[in-house]
Amino acid sequence: MDLAAILILQAVSTVATLVIISIGLAVIFGMMRVINLAHGEFIMLGGYTVFVATNAGINMWVAMLVLAPLVVGVIGIAVERLVIRHLYGRMIDTLLASWGLSLFFIGSITTIFGNTTTSQIASPFGAVRIGAYSISGYDIFLVFMAMTIVAGLFVLMRFTKFGLLTRGTMQNADMAAALGVNPGRIYMVTFGLGAALSGLAGGLLAPLSAVLPTMGAAFIAKAFITVISGGTAILFGTASASALLGTVNTVATYLTTPVLGEVALLLAAIILLRLLPRGITGRFLGRDL
Amino acid sequence: MRARRWRLIGFLALLLGGVAFAFGFPAFASLHATIQLTNALALALFALSLALVWGFGGILCFGQAAFFGLGAYAYAIAAINFGDTTFAWPTAILVPAAFAAALGYFMFYGRLSDVYLGVVTLTVTLILFQLFNSTAGPEYRIGDARLGGFNGIPSTPPLNVPFDGRAYLSPESIFVIAVLVLLAALFGCLWLLRTRFGRVLVSIRENPLRAELLGYDVRVHKLAAFTIGGGMAGLAGLLFAQNVLVNPALFSLLYTAQVIIWVIVGGLGTLVGPILGSIGLQYVMAWLGTLGWINPNLALGVILVAFVLFVPRGLWPLLVKVVTHGRRLVRGNGTS
Repeated sequence: MDLAAILILQAVSTVATLVIISIGLAVIFGMMRVINLAHGEFIMLGGYTVFVATNAGINMWVAMLVLAPLVVGVIGIAVERLVIRHLYGRMIDTLLASWGLSLFFIGSITTIFGNTTTSQIASPFGAVRIGAYSISGYDIFLVFMAMTIVAGLFVLMRFTKFGLLTRGTMQNADMAAALGVNPGRIYMVTFGLGAALSGLAGGLLAPLSAVLPTMGAAFIAKAFITVISGGTAILFGTASASALLGTVNTVATYLTTPVLGEVALLLAAIILLRLLPRGITGRFLGRDL
Repeated sequence: MRARRWRLIGFLALLLGGVAFAFGFPAFASLHATIQLTNALALALFALSLALVWGFGGILCFGQAAFFGLGAYAYAIAAINFGDTTFAWPTAILVPAAFAAALGYFMFYGRLSDVYLGVVTLTVTLILFQLFNSTAGPEYRIGDARLGGFNGIPSTPPLNVPFDGRAYLSPESIFVIAVLVLLAALFGCLWLLRTRFGRVLVSIRENPLRAELLGYDVRVHKLAAFTIGGGMAGLAGLLFAQNVLVNPALFSLLYTAQVIIWVIVGGLGTLVGPILGSIGLQYVMAWLGTLGWINPNLALGVILVAFVLFVPRGLWPLLVKVVTHGRRLVRGNGTS
């Protein structure tokens, strides 16, 4: 009984982590059809923001929840203005350019901070005990955060004027422009929003994983496979794909090893894409939320 | 008629020049330079495999390193177990080709679009990286070969005389083999593209829908091209493995990114461009490495972004354009 409870909790926290690491990518890909291969590096930059800020004596929560998204969001806007903007409509070129950016960020951070970081950010909250087993309190916090992010994005996209303009631009940029919206600005802000969410993910994960220049590679595969399996509906797709793949991952990890768990996640995604090439939501929902 | 004669002369010159270079270079250059160039040639073959798959098959494969790494591992494991590298050759080609065929079945018959395909292949490579990284314990062994986790298989046997496991070939003769293999692969690709299969492949790249409506099976053609490319990348892995060593870094993001950059810089849609781009950039990166103050990732990133923004078609087409334009100027605007 205790074991079952712990396993379910673990599955839920894996799902939450998947949502957190892929939502920024989902916003950029789902809204703009831009595949951002620098996504992992946006996460990494979020992690480094927390690292630098806490070393400078700033409160960890402020660094994690405010500074990380802010800093990475600004970097995202700069990237959009300098590089991505010139490549809209050329999907493969944007993808290659963002890969170049990814290498550029890894290189710059290595040059500035070196290959390793000295201090580890301590994970807040202790362990929560259930019978003979225990689970980290921080995992439960991550579940809460994942739900907050998804709910917040839903409200932003569904009920605000910004959300309306954004969705309109994504459906038909020319029509939106004819009605007086500046699509260029909407794209810029959307890219910044996606980057900020990736930065937030990096901040939230900083206490769990080592903050290294190459840490992005650990997340990018999972994030991409989740977003692609999810299909075109940003929120519902990402959430449902995370739920499916996270559960597969947890069960396989429990039965075998963590690495085989990741392999199972990937296999499940490839088989899913063989059956539903446009992802879980591609066929039913189209480009809704 | 004239164009055809010129093409024949070009082929012959390339062939003779290549053979002369293969036997001549080790005589003049130092042993170190020979081994270094063997390495560069192995990676040039790797670039050629992607040039075929991406440039002519129109398949955006970001996981070419998966086949390269699998070929290298297959070679090392087979060579250690057989005690002889003769049968390691077919193993190193067939294992990655089979893996490419299996992966390709899911992707092409699932009709994944370009970009999804790129991401899936990239993900597969990263998962293989993690998988091979986790094989550290002594229980992970295939026959006599321990997979060795993060460290890989440090002492991969060099090539030997066929059917004589103890007669190792000298670095000079291995260099000759590398040049010949690369030439054979290049001519093989040129031949393939002139066959009916190759023409259909190019037509699919140009317009998949039209090719399909004309009655060609897009899926089979893409799958075949992908499998051939996988086998070629495996062969490149073999040449690399016997020269250096085998470790999970072969599956890393750096290798995957590098090969794409070589193809982009050399020129997508050409065969010679990526080969030259690969060899040239490797020496540039080695030179940058000796400077010490610039991070290789940073340099690669800047090169990639700059090429995508400013020279999206690559250097080789640019060069060809400059040369033909120059010739036309000399001849006085004739038709050539």
